[in-house]
Amino acid sequence: MPLDPVTQVSGRAVFIPGADIDTDRIIPARFMKCVTFDGLGEFAFYDVRFNSETGEKTDHPLNDPRFEGASILLAGVNFGCGSSREHAPQSLKKYGFNGVVAESFAEIFFGNSTTLAMPCVIATAADIAALRDAVENDPATIITIDVDGLRVRSSSGLDFPVTMPDSARDALVSGRWDPIQELLDNDSAIESKARELHYV
Amino acid sequence: MGKNLFQKVWDAHTVGTLADGRTQLFIGTHLIHEVTSPQAFGMLRDLGLKVKFPQRTFATVDHIVPTVDQDAPQDPLAAEMMQALRKNADDFGVTYFDLASGKQGIVHVVGPEQGITQPGTTIACGDSHTATHGAFGAIAFGIGTTQVRDVLASQTLALEALKVRRIEVNGNLRPGVYAKDVILHIIRLLGAKGGIGYAYEYAGDVFDRMSMEERMTVCNMSIEGGARCGYVNPDAKTVAYLKGRPYVDMSDFDATATRWLSFASDADAKFDDIVRINAADIEPTVTWGISPDHGISISESIPDPAKAASAQDKASIDEALAYMKLPAGTPIKGVKIDVAFIGSCTNGRISDFREVAKYIQGHRVAAGVKAIAVPGSQIVAIQCEQEGIPEIFRAAGFEWRGAGCSMCLAMNPDKLVGDQLCASSSNRNFKGRQGSPTGRTVLMSPVMVAAAAINGSIADAREVFDLQQAAVA
Repeated sequence: MPLDPVTQVSGRAVFIPGADIDTDRIIPARFMKCVTFDGLGEFAFYDVRFNSETGEKTDHPLNDPRFEGASILLAGVNFGCGSSREHAPQSLKKYGFNGVVAESFAEIFFGNSTTLAMPCVIATAADIAALRDAVENDPATIITIDVDGLRVRSSSGLDFPVTMPDSARDALVSGRWDPIQELLDNDSAIESKARELHYV
Repeated sequence: MGKNLFQKVWDAHTVGTLADGRTQLFIGTHLIHEVTSPQAFGMLRDLGLKVKFPQRTFATVDHIVPTVDQDAPQDPLAAEMMQALRKNADDFGVTYFDLASGKQGIVHVVGPEQGITQPGTTIACGDSHTATHGAFGAIAFGIGTTQVRDVLASQTLALEALKVRRIEVNGNLRPGVYAKDVILHIIRLLGAKGGIGYAYEYAGDVFDRMSMEERMTVCNMSIEGGARCGYVNPDAKTVAYLKGRPYVDMSDFDATATRWLSFASDADAKFDDIVRINAADIEPTVTWGISPDHGISISESIPDPAKAASAQDKASIDEALAYMKLPAGTPIKGVKIDVAFIGSCTNGRISDFREVAKYIQGHRVAAGVKAIAVPGSQIVAIQCEQEGIPEIFRAAGFEWRGAGCSMCLAMNPDKLVGDQLCASSSNRNFKGRQGSPTGRTVLMSPVMVAAAAINGSIADAREVFDLQQAAVA
């Protein structure tokens, strides 16, 4: 079954400051006590969005009404580090994000996101700062991640190159971001590899 | 030009090249647990697929199991997850080391002790600490749940090859410096993102001398340095550890051992990067912040943001100190603790409890400190009992618990409360990691945790105990 190609995503954006934002921060472990991914959206960044004692909203950017409905997440270095939990990108997608622009990504998070058709592209600190300023100045600014052309553009006139591994770009734009069918199609090669390996 | 271990194992397991250019890699061993597998089995059912090689798939329950009254979790969500794993293992014919098996434990402790973890193999698990198994010369890494589905259904993954960085540590470790200090030091030097795109090969005489357990401690935290996998080349110690274990085929063991050893990096192997570290430079290391690369030696002071090298560093230190509620520029030694935790896939093995037991006799956990010791598996717990270790811990004021992940990530009832500060032998000091959104974690070796528990504050174990014998013989 062919999947929908992901050539570009666009929408309003929100900047989440800080380096090394780990997947425990994105989705605290207690919300992983579940047997489906349903309903994870409301718990994205939960412990930094809500004061644990009073239950009140903090000044986290996701609580800022100006950025309500943002679908592009802007972040710093090593975004998504730590635990391999797919619950993290699942919760971001279900919260409403369609793409992430960051200075760098942890690998497991990056791979999980690609498989969920949520493109993660790498930009320079200066370009991300320019995007941050653009959405701070006017939260209605539309940010577009052009996966096909590997550029990020804004309705305010920013336009700069971004990077992502060739294989991930290809998987997204050709609609092969979920590899399961292709993996299964190679069954005879899998069987012959299994016979070759002494321990299998 | 020779090959390194990563290249040899990768080549031996390559099924082919996919349309997007990625490699289809055969995963010889698939380890699963209750947190990241139920959705994958759900996807399998939705697609009408079976488990391709159930005999290469091994399950256990670790993250959510209580460490007290293990058979009867009070938490209905935890009970549901345990029931789901039971049903999935039964429906799909997967081996399940459950609580009644006597072999249950943290998945990264169970694999090696059963001899499932072997050199020259590929191992995947929906858990980022899967690199632990690299201690045996396996290429082992964490995967997401959709990838768990891929491995269940096809025994393969779509992956890109990693570069390899060889980290050589040569010389002699000082007394009181442990494997945990070595990896905390490496992460401090290379950073939490330094390993992105790399597999780490740990080499040099320090790793050669380490026991298999110590090598596991090092490889376990590769991900904290950004490296998805890390390994030590297999040697005679690897072979000796595995000989006779339940899942090791003993029918022609010499040939098996020879094959295992053949995966070691060739003498003329090429590496993408080489880092050299002098063992004597490594001190007992603790973290002060909210990332595993926020490490300092026990004799150093908490960083001062006023002295930060850049505005970005200053912001990072400010954020960490605000969360940790620690004063800048003051010694880390002497910071009061509330909780002490010894356990986890990093430091929950028999050697960890033996080492601590050597020193805590005659000492007593400080008043007001809650100290818990959690064996990494039921087998570790039984070994400890046979050696009288639980009594030693209890006499010193520790609670001795049942096996599981426990307070490393606090998905079970073992959690910090409020902004309690925990001296912890685990692997992550992230905000909220130990179960309280404001809880604070200071990472260190098990013996340093014991010293902190006894002192009631972060302490230099070399001063609290008599640590004149070298830790790594």
